[in-house]
Amino acid sequence: MSDNAKHPTPLLDELEKGPWPSFVKELKKSAEKPVIQDLLGQLERSYNEKIGHWKHGGIVGVMGYGGGVIGRYSDLPDEFPNIAHFHTMRVNQPAGWFYTSDVLRKICDIWEAHGSGITNMHGSTGDIILLGTSTPELEPTFAELTEAGFDLGGSGSDMRTPSACCGPARCEWACYDTLAACYDFTQQYQDELHRPAFPYKYKLKFAGCPNDCVASVARADMSFIGTWKDDIQVNQDEVRKYASSGKVDIQKDVCDLCPTRCMSWDGKELAIDNSECVKCMHCINVLPKALKPGKERGCTILIGAKAPIIGGALLSSVFVPFIEMEPPYSDIKELIEAIWDLWAEHGKNRERVGEFIQRVGLGNFLEQIGLEPVPEMIAHPRTNPYIFFEEELHEQA
Amino acid sequence: MSAAKRVTDIGPPHYEKFLPEVIKKNYGKWAYHEIPRPGVLKHVAESGDVLYSVRAGTPRILNIKSIRLFADLADKYSGGHLRFTSRNNVEFLVTDESKIEPLIAELKAAGYPVGGTGNAISAIVHTQGWVHCHSAATDASGVVKSLMDELFPHFENMDLPAKLRIAFACCLNMCGAVHCSDIAILGVHTKVPTIDHANLPKMCEIPTLVASCPTGAIRPATVDGAQSIHIEEHLCMYCGNCFTVCPAVKINNAKTDGLSIWVGGKVSNARTEPKFSKLVIPYLPNNPPRWPEVVQAVKHLVEVYAANARKYERMSEWVERIGWPRFFKLTGLPFTKYHIDDFRHAGETYKRSAQLKH
Repeated sequence: MSDNAKHPTPLLDELEKGPWPSFVKELKKSAEKPVIQDLLGQLERSYNEKIGHWKHGGIVGVMGYGGGVIGRYSDLPDEFPNIAHFHTMRVNQPAGWFYTSDVLRKICDIWEAHGSGITNMHGSTGDIILLGTSTPELEPTFAELTEAGFDLGGSGSDMRTPSACCGPARCEWACYDTLAACYDFTQQYQDELHRPAFPYKYKLKFAGCPNDCVASVARADMSFIGTWKDDIQVNQDEVRKYASSGKVDIQKDVCDLCPTRCMSWDGKELAIDNSECVKCMHCINVLPKALKPGKERGCTILIGAKAPIIGGALLSSVFVPFIEMEPPYSDIKELIEAIWDLWAEHGKNRERVGEFIQRVGLGNFLEQIGLEPVPEMIAHPRTNPYIFFEEELHEQA
Repeated sequence: MSAAKRVTDIGPPHYEKFLPEVIKKNYGKWAYHEIPRPGVLKHVAESGDVLYSVRAGTPRILNIKSIRLFADLADKYSGGHLRFTSRNNVEFLVTDESKIEPLIAELKAAGYPVGGTGNAISAIVHTQGWVHCHSAATDASGVVKSLMDELFPHFENMDLPAKLRIAFACCLNMCGAVHCSDIAILGVHTKVPTIDHANLPKMCEIPTLVASCPTGAIRPATVDGAQSIHIEEHLCMYCGNCFTVCPAVKINNAKTDGLSIWVGGKVSNARTEPKFSKLVIPYLPNNPPRWPEVVQAVKHLVEVYAANARKYERMSEWVERIGWPRFFKLTGLPFTKYHIDDFRHAGETYKRSAQLKH
């Protein structure tokens, strides 16, 4: 195929071989398009030279929005004129990434008419990524997307596109309706999503249980991780069936691996001291037919995860140990808005909320937000005596 | 057409429009699931209804022709219903068990293998690389393709002690959030950026540039009578954040950019708490189109883990049980000064006890 292409691609052709699906094959499915020929040509050059050939994004977008389009330009526009502009459009995915064949075809038709025909399903934050178009095509693409019922996602210093696991649509472990919550918060905060007004990005991720299939604890400024308060639901017959099947050793595979050792097995009954359970999910993961999360369900809200840039990587930390997740989610929205107000006023440029909390101190942050400190928020109390005591200490005493 | 009825802020379409009947009927009422064979999840509802999800790997970069193929397959086998996973797999939502076999056959024939469930290696979460990013130290799709070709049996089989999640990011911005994966591959720069003093004042805000440096290595300076910056070279750890805010500070370097390997991160709460990945190989050469050094290193790590970990032990749990000295011994990887943290709170990573295995 490469013999007929505008630019030979011997190095990339190597990546058409092998059992894993090939991105080079994906690109070459449109080898007749000048934009793909130039994309392949520039990529082959990067493979030869071991360096990228894209310039920084400029400010491009659709009218009235400050996010959703990532400007991208080739630094070799004379050689590869068809990718001189090669902008990305982020399209807000349906919650849980569920589609029908019809709606996918609709998106494909729009992208065939206005862009390269190359996508990512999906980007790291969760959006449908439409990869590669020129500035004049942005408005027409946006018009057709909205006509089809879709809208752009976030980019830059805004609320980024929220995402959710498949939740109660296809999982018995969902402790709240992740899809409903994701949809509701996304709709509520359309302005914050489309018009960057924060110090930096703010990501929300909705995971239905502590298995956290959307990696919210690592990737979201606000992680909503489903959990429960009462007892694990146990079907003892099914436990015995697992035991007699020989596939699971209840003592070794379940009881001995429980982080708090709160389970015991006498060969007939699985006993759980639920007051010691930390809701880790291991036993439920191993025995899905026999065990289920409890009935009193909600989520733990954690705050502040991010990748290394600038002040170092952070995992989210506990912010609200347990809250019910029922529409219209008023308490949570009040909390989010209080965080945004404080962070928008006092956060530094490009300071994520996790870094902001570290700078001002979680204690001070809670005080400003109006949340009481609770021991669930910490791994352990402070070990250093450098305490900023305040006047109230003596007034209260 | 577009000018007449321009609408904004409609948000995404409601997900319910795209759910199959079996899901609408059993929403929130699933009883349990099983994995009858690799790549197939069987969810059983309290009502007794059954839903099969047939999971196929994709290269993340998808041509619309492939998406149309998926749409056609969905029409033929799953009532037009499909979804994607957080790891870029596609899942067909099948209710008729007899359609699983022919669907898998068609997917395989089209080049999309079925697997990635249970104790397997699922698709590698990754970034844009040289295909579409300005700050990439290396390509993403090419390394991922090379790795998955080699690790492929672990995608199609569920033969590992536990699930093994691999992620790839082409620079420290980590769009692929590789900081919490069982095995992470991270593109790294290793040289102080060069400064285009002639263009810097025109292209960049100097206070923003100074503030972008995590170690305070960037100082305002006058160069040839014009406002620019100076980099304290001994403070630079090549993160590239200055380049992110200022294109005139060039970090990409064809000769010295490379890849690093990290292990032992996780996001799930199962058994142990979520944790970061830790550095095990500081630098490997950037060697397209197949990155043999990276592929061999990752394959070796998978093999040592598979041979030594106990059932249900994720990479991190295995390493914590045996301890890092034994990890380096078993893997044969050299331990160097680069493995020892020297950023903020580095001391928290030092071993502060005499509890050692000799």
